[in-house]
Amino acid sequence: MRLKDFPEEELFLQGSAACQGCPGSAAIRVAFKALGRNTILSVIASCTSVFQSPFPVSALDLPTLNMAFATGGATASGLSAAADRLVAKGVLKEKPTILVWAGDGGTYDIGIQALSGAAERNTDFIYVCYNNEAYSNTGTQRSGATPYAAWTTNTTRGKGEWRKDVAQIMVAHGIPYVATASLAYPTDMFRKFARAKEIKGTRYIEIQAPCPPGWKFPSSHTIKVARLAVQSGMWMLYEHENGKTTYTAGTQRIIQGQSKLVPVEEYLRAQGRFGHLFHPERDEKRIGEIQERINHVFETLQFTHKMKEHIMDIELAPPR
Amino acid sequence: MRLVETGNHVAAWGARLARVEVVSAYPITPQTQVIEEISRFIDEGEMDCEYIPVESEHSAMAAMIASAAMGVRSFSATSAHGLAYMHELLHWAAGIRLPMVMVNVNRALGPGWNIWCDHQDTLAARDTGWIQIHCASHQEILDSIIQAYRISEDPKVNLPVMVCYDAIFLSHNYMQVEVPDQETVDRFLPPFRSLWSLDLEHPLTHGSVIYPDDYEEVRYSMFQGLENAREVIKTAAEEYREKVGGYHGDLVDAYRMEDADHALVAMGSVASEARVAVDMLRERGYAFGLVRVRSYRPFPAEELAAFLAPLRTAMVIDRSISFGMEGPLFSEVKAALYGRGGVSVYDIVTGLGGRDITYELIAENAVAAAEGGLEPRTTWPSVRINEHHLLSKRGVEGLRGKGGAS
Repeated sequence: MRLKDFPEEELFLQGSAACQGCPGSAAIRVAFKALGRNTILSVIASCTSVFQSPFPVSALDLPTLNMAFATGGATASGLSAAADRLVAKGVLKEKPTILVWAGDGGTYDIGIQALSGAAERNTDFIYVCYNNEAYSNTGTQRSGATPYAAWTTNTTRGKGEWRKDVAQIMVAHGIPYVATASLAYPTDMFRKFARAKEIKGTRYIEIQAPCPPGWKFPSSHTIKVARLAVQSGMWMLYEHENGKTTYTAGTQRIIQGQSKLVPVEEYLRAQGRFGHLFHPERDEKRIGEIQERINHVFETLQFTHKMKEHIMDIELAPPR
Repeated sequence: MRLVETGNHVAAWGARLARVEVVSAYPITPQTQVIEEISRFIDEGEMDCEYIPVESEHSAMAAMIASAAMGVRSFSATSAHGLAYMHELLHWAAGIRLPMVMVNVNRALGPGWNIWCDHQDTLAARDTGWIQIHCASHQEILDSIIQAYRISEDPKVNLPVMVCYDAIFLSHNYMQVEVPDQETVDRFLPPFRSLWSLDLEHPLTHGSVIYPDDYEEVRYSMFQGLENAREVIKTAAEEYREKVGGYHGDLVDAYRMEDADHALVAMGSVASEARVAVDMLRERGYAFGLVRVRSYRPFPAEELAAFLAPLRTAMVIDRSISFGMEGPLFSEVKAALYGRGGVSVYDIVTGLGGRDITYELIAENAVAAAEGGLEPRTTWPSVRINEHHLLSKRGVEGLRGKGGAS
């Protein structure tokens, strides 16, 4: 799949109220193109509640139910159960894709119970967390997804804790499909949505969403920052299906040794939210801690990859 | 078919006969039997329905909003803490204008843990935009649930309905009910209808950001929906009497009010004790009657005024308290009577957390009210500070003396 092969039909209409360079609106556009018209959407309290545009207009060309903050998973269960009834009665010919669209606040924090419940019930839906790593809609407060050392309006000297990893929590639920995605790799994202659409049961896709006003970078740099996140190892691309994790796109290339990890400093320097790590003086300790964590993760993955190749070599070697 | 069943099982029958297609609920004492019975109906193939075993009441209401939004008849059941936990979404369900019915078993709120009856839970949900029907018998529970769908789905209303009944007294006690057959109920209750649903052919966005320019109109339309419900509740009951049989339906239910000089005003199962009290009072020469408030929202202000304004005395029995004010039913009865007649209104707050309200207690206070011997404000006739309360009080004072707790 190449960009020019994306369907032309736009289900995210022009004239939305999104900020310049908004990653949420860019992600929703790709997602809608991959999922198509036969989709019922629920938007959970987030920037998307706002940038879809206020009553009486809407940029969302899908039947849409806006819902309260902590409801993502449960809303999907209701939509899906009702859709099953409508299919059973012949009102609907085929079951529409049930899509829940939530931010990281609605996923990592206030909505994790409902999401976990829906995943445990294996509700038939796609849950999307577009993760801008803070409560951007309320003016950038820390969330469970905010990375270590990042400035937010309530972590003014940088967050003291490391973020949790909800995608891995979803893997631990044993649901049929979990994937992470990046705006800088739209064809990879499109493919993951298209794959998710084919599967029944709970599917979770998390998209890193660099937010210009929240992360403090120029609005023309959204994709650049998204790409740096993957290249530096701060954001990893993978999909998990049938108990197996497959790394994809930029992350796969680093693990397989086709490209090198970009020093995380480049990623951090691209954003004002990490500015205090460089001004007035360089914070070697925290920059080092972040780099060390990334190195540890990738060294392990690269080692595992080499081991697998090695084992494959042995297996494939002809008998002597 | 005649059944002898618990109120909870009767409620399950109500949902079944209403041909509910999605149930989302979370167990809470004393509501559990409702959802257990519905699960059994589904498992045994007697009810064609999706049951969503959600992980919380907040999710129960979210799922129900979603299924109703898809255009499918939906049901839930809860009580006390569960109702409080889903409170945010009670507003959402009514505000987004969806028809649905939920049972709430009236129960006290903790702490300490108390699974018995009072009305604090439901009355705290008063201003969410839900219609609230309070039942006084098992038959009324059944009839009200079926009628509630008819009311909720009426295009003039299109708002959710809460059918409330008292914990233990009604939820767990067995009573005889006449259960109509499915065909009869089908003649009364048409298939699900709603002013809107999520429609793939006509994609619309519901519940998005709304500015001050439009928000008030949305709230006004909800207000109008509840006003329209006054008439719809009555006509639904009339139609039910005609097509199914039996009558439960007005906003109020009156007993011996024709020639009354005084009245009791009550809600829920205590109306049964109050009837006995009325008979007793009549024997003692006090011409009491009883007005039971059946619909708490919409509140029957006109009906109450018509009954009570010409009287000498009205005594309200409140099974909840608005802290810092008075019994909530008392406030509303007085508001209904404002500027009409010279009736003296009294209030007893009693029966909290399942404490028995005896007809003797009602009668005793009613006599005091009729004789002008009761203070014209909320009184607490059944409160008795006993040794335990005094002990704990002394304990705290003792600690204070030693400079421990403050």
